[in-house]
Amino acid sequence: MALRIIVILAALMGVTGSPTTTVRPETSSVDTAAHPNSIPETAEETGQNEVFSEEEGAEDVMATGELNPNHYPAQRAAKVVQHYLTTRYGSPYRLFGLQRVHSGNAEDVGDSGRKYQLEIAVHEIISNTTQKCSAEVFFPHGQKQESPQVQASCEELLNISTKAQEEALYQQYKMNQTLISAQNLPDSHGHIEPDTKPLWHLGIVASSFIMLKESNENTLYNMAQVANITQLATENDQLKFDCHTLLHDMVSQVNTHNYELLDALENGRKSKLFP
Amino acid sequence: MLNSVGLSFMLLLSAVGAAIVERVGYDYSKYHPMPEITSWMTQMEKDYPGVVSIVDYGKSYEGRTISLLKIGLNTGEKKKAIWMDCGIHAREWIAPAFCQYFVSQILQSYKTDTIMEQMMKDMDFYVTPVLNVDGYIYSWKDNTTRLWRKNRSPGPPGCDCYGTDLNRNFEANWGTIGVSFDCCSQTYCGTKPKSEPETQSVMNFLASRKDDFLCFLTIHSYSQLLLIPFGHPDFTATNYDELMTVGLGASDAIRKVHGMEYAVGTSPAILYPNSGSSRDWARMQGIPLSYTFELRDNGTFGFELPEDQIKPTCEEAYSGALHIITYAHDKTFNGAVVTAAATLWTVLLAVGVTGANLI
Repeated sequence: MALRIIVILAALMGVTGSPTTTVRPETSSVDTAAHPNSIPETAEETGQNEVFSEEEGAEDVMATGELNPNHYPAQRAAKVVQHYLTTRYGSPYRLFGLQRVHSGNAEDVGDSGRKYQLEIAVHEIISNTTQKCSAEVFFPHGQKQESPQVQASCEELLNISTKAQEEALYQQYKMNQTLISAQNLPDSHGHIEPDTKPLWHLGIVASSFIMLKESNENTLYNMAQVANITQLATENDQLKFDCHTLLHDMVSQVNTHNYELLDALENGRKSKLFP
Repeated sequence: MLNSVGLSFMLLLSAVGAAIVERVGYDYSKYHPMPEITSWMTQMEKDYPGVVSIVDYGKSYEGRTISLLKIGLNTGEKKKAIWMDCGIHAREWIAPAFCQYFVSQILQSYKTDTIMEQMMKDMDFYVTPVLNVDGYIYSWKDNTTRLWRKNRSPGPPGCDCYGTDLNRNFEANWGTIGVSFDCCSQTYCGTKPKSEPETQSVMNFLASRKDDFLCFLTIHSYSQLLLIPFGHPDFTATNYDELMTVGLGASDAIRKVHGMEYAVGTSPAILYPNSGSSRDWARMQGIPLSYTFELRDNGTFGFELPEDQIKPTCEEAYSGALHIITYAHDKTFNGAVVTAAATLWTVLLAVGVTGANLI
């Protein structure tokens, strides 16, 4: 009985104790514009002539200098690094996710664009390993969309060798009597059949070329789905895949259809936009 | 003699077994289409009479009822309340899954957890498993509709596309930033604030009760974030510090479950600026703790989160939500608890003095 009282009391005391406040360094607002302290009295009605689209608005004053790693400027630049790493090192057995941004810095490069320097943690999803990368992302500021330029150094990235599996898969696909094909990866319930997982990864590699190309400081791309991936006849020892993928841009919330041809050698790949 | 006893025993076991299976039959680790969610709501009301009741509080564009589960231990008085809604965006299937899990958790735990029991006595939980009913049903139609986001009202004259983004349609700096006036856009904010019946349902229900609500949690996916008001970069909530502190506490609670990181901050800082969100409207009504939860993942599967991640996602989000709810409760009911604690100390001391050998 006494023990029960103690337990109940302890529970209650835990509840009445003042909540621990842990203020992380990330809460300092480095890059939000100055703001008044009060909430608006009334919600603003229409009659506003200007509508800020996602491309303008808060992006007027873009972050420069040391960046809050949790805020969108560093996060968007880091996502570009993920796409870059996927185009260079992604394979049916290697899949990258952006784990975390540790630190970031941005500076204007005259009028030509903005350069980001980032320390990030990248997660290799299949081996479930994480490692740090240093990267530099340059977003050109031209009239029309130009792809960002990325340099990244992640020394341990290729330590887990997937060469044997990739070689085996390459041979398997090369020798296919019937050309392999799959749709809706993942399906509506997030499911992917195990034997089509390598095709899902290939779809991610293919769409990473596009996502890399189309990225800028106002986008945050992920591949939503491989709508269709079909193997075409092997040519000059290169496996060929016709990929129809759906991309999702978090900022505009738009899904776009993309069509790509992926040429894959054992240890190299390139893609071209189709048609 | 033994055989008939044995047979009776077996019959009894299978009857009990059948009863248990029926009770725990609902699979919280699967995505459920709307008819199954509706039956589940009815079942919850049946299984917990006097604790759970269905409240129909609006209609969707296509004429479907929008319902919530009102959950609480009925003390007969007007009570403080917690609001949770899921599925305002059709494609975010993990959100309705979480609302269902949340309901099942609080109903399971209040019987053995005295803290939850107290919270259920002091407050009512209003949980809407699927707010955008039409959109959710549409996203279940086939492969081409899975990524639908908005509701299903037709566009204004001259525009052929369907759907308004309900989370841009609330009367909170409506139409000022992070929206589009093109009805084909994913962030089309509607013809005017509160133009959509789904928006009206929420606003009308809460308007007369806003003083009762301590907490407004609106559940979305994906990105693993806890977003605080306001979506417009020029406006800061008066209790910004409190929102951040409690949010960070929730994020810590989430991390402790499965190690997942959820960043905390205003929408313009962390994600993008926006206006007309339900969270902002709720805060402007004076509901102090107003949060948008963006659940798993970070883009690998996005909206199509695999079902084997439903349970861990729900577990961590429950922990985060509970942190905020507990804070809201304790802030309001602190006085009562301190009194109870003091009483218990007295009792304990008395027990300690008279029965030192009990422990």
